Amino acid sequence: MTTTPLPPQGIAAAEPGEITGPAPESPARRRARLATTKLSSPWASLTAIVLAVLWTTPSLGLLVTSFRPSGDVSDTGWWHVFANPSLTLENYDQALFGGSTNLINYFVNSLVITLPAVLIPISISLLAAYGFAWIDFKGRNFLFVAVFALQVVPLQIALIPLLSQYVDWGINQTFWTVWLSHTIFALPLAIFLLHNFMKDIPPSLVEAARVDGAGHVKIFFQVLLPILTPAIASFAIFQFLWVWNDLLVSLTMTGARAEVAPLTVRVAEMAGTRGGQWHILTAGAFISMVVPVVVFLFLQRYFVRGLLAGSVKG
Amino acid sequence: MGEYFEWLFGAIRDYVFYRGDDAGHKLILMLIAIALFVVVMGAILWLVDKPKRIPGWVVAAGFVGPALLALAFGLVYPALLTINGSFKNGNGSEYIGLENYELAFTNPAFQAVLRNTALWVLLVPLLSTFIGLVYAVVVDRTRFERFAKTLMFMPMAISMVGASIIWRLVYDARQSGDDQTGLMNQLLVLVGIEPFDPRLETPPINTLYLIVVMIWIQTGFAMTVLSAAIKAIPDDIIEAAKLDGLSGLGMFRYITVPSIRPALVVVLTTIAMGTLKVFDIVRTMTGGQFETSVVANEFYVQAFRQNNQGLGAALAVLLFVIVIPIIIYNVRQMRLSEAIR
Repeated sequence: MTTTPLPPQGIAAAEPGEITGPAPESPARRRARLATTKLSSPWASLTAIVLAVLWTTPSLGLLVTSFRPSGDVSDTGWWHVFANPSLTLENYDQALFGGSTNLINYFVNSLVITLPAVLIPISISLLAAYGFAWIDFKGRNFLFVAVFALQVVPLQIALIPLLSQYVDWGINQTFWTVWLSHTIFALPLAIFLLHNFMKDIPPSLVEAARVDGAGHVKIFFQVLLPILTPAIASFAIFQFLWVWNDLLVSLTMTGARAEVAPLTVRVAEMAGTRGGQWHILTAGAFISMVVPVVVFLFLQRYFVRGLLAGSVKG
Repeated sequence: MGEYFEWLFGAIRDYVFYRGDDAGHKLILMLIAIALFVVVMGAILWLVDKPKRIPGWVVAAGFVGPALLALAFGLVYPALLTINGSFKNGNGSEYIGLENYELAFTNPAFQAVLRNTALWVLLVPLLSTFIGLVYAVVVDRTRFERFAKTLMFMPMAISMVGASIIWRLVYDARQSGDDQTGLMNQLLVLVGIEPFDPRLETPPINTLYLIVVMIWIQTGFAMTVLSAAIKAIPDDIIEAAKLDGLSGLGMFRYITVPSIRPALVVVLTTIAMGTLKVFDIVRTMTGGQFETSVVANEFYVQAFRQNNQGLGAALAVLLFVIVIPIIIYNVRQMRLSEAIR
């Protein structure tokens, strides 16, 4: 046991969020060398494979079921498809356009809800983050800490009064309530994230522009915005996934009315009332998932960056 | 003239606060909302961009003001109203002191809700973090790392409603003797165990099966953050440890885990806070039946289904109160790791 190295203090202090700054010499080669000793144990490989299978099979089951004829779905498990392949698009046709489910309508609602609910909070919080980062004003630190602290307030605590306020204004069960609510709930995290990214920009850049006589608006648009595009993208994906997948806010604010409710609300409803009709339910669930999954697969890099900045740097 | 304006105003109002079913109208409305917003923001920026004539605080207010107003109106003020409402009766007509809270803690049905919530908040962070860490370590620096991580990360992109349906399909149970359609019961039948519906198990066992869904979603998050932390461990330290004869589990125990401690704390607390607020899973899996409800679900039911706003408000406040110790733990640990630095 005497050889057991205690973790040197330097490691414990290693900033976890900052991924590998460029190592002094050919990091790729060094990694490759270290990799040869990693995963040498077959147990490690087995663990990885078992976990990967556990994490993917359930989704595969849903996907396969949604393409099977309804008779097959109710008679046999989805794995029978490999022995006896018969696939159909009938379930999707019925889920999207069938009179009783009509998911295409909810798909439009999801889209109409999501775009403004992503764009509006991003713009408001970009401005606020700029204000907090680069404009000196009285009470700035206090206000920023207050906004930061609001991140932990569960949104449930605002829902009841917010809804009665909307009813008072006569705008309940319109898209405006959903847009407004999502905007408000997104602000604390968005401001915090974007502020972090803005603070990473070297002050000399901003100072130089100021010396050249640029006002705040010019600095904001010409100096900061181009550098911040990746950061904005990561928050945009975050917010997109959150809004598209949200159930609580939209359920409360739309009252599950077909004219405004998004996919999640309708699919959750179907899970309650059509629990046995797996062919429709799986197709419906997949319709509600396909957009976020595609967005996620293509923009994964930005998403991970946002995740790390939001959870670890703080 | 006045009539005309009245008519115009009404027409605009009907158009903007549309409640109808026409897809084209909805899409145009969406564009209007975005355009309106761009115009308002542009106007604010244009107003504050006259550096000489405008005092500094107006500029600051132009940038920070919209966000602060929105937060004050939509989060802070409603939160205060909710706290106030939690001391009132069901329709908010009179104060009843702490009765709502008393009910939440003494009524047996609500005690089950609290017990379930405790199970969720303890088990989900611990298991997700543990599995995520193991996975991050075993796939680290392998050829398939990217692909393997995407597989586990994917559930993060799926809504909790979708994830619940995925798992209901896994749990689906038919009478024994019939062909099973749920994967879990099919496997059980293969090894000679009677099929069963996990949602109908004795509480709180059935809650454990619901918790699986959340673990399935959150593990990808834990894995991603921890993997980044692992990669941030300087190679020198790993090599030095190797020279000292450490490998495999020893490396994991004495180098990896202590090095990423701060990240572990953040992951645990973040997942705990997220789990506390989950209601989608419970609602989609069981609707809160069979004693599986949690505080967040009960909040929705009481506030918007039973129309017992006082009790709903009390439950919302309770959610907030439970978050506080988690945050204190988080801040303390961060201070600790900063002190070491």
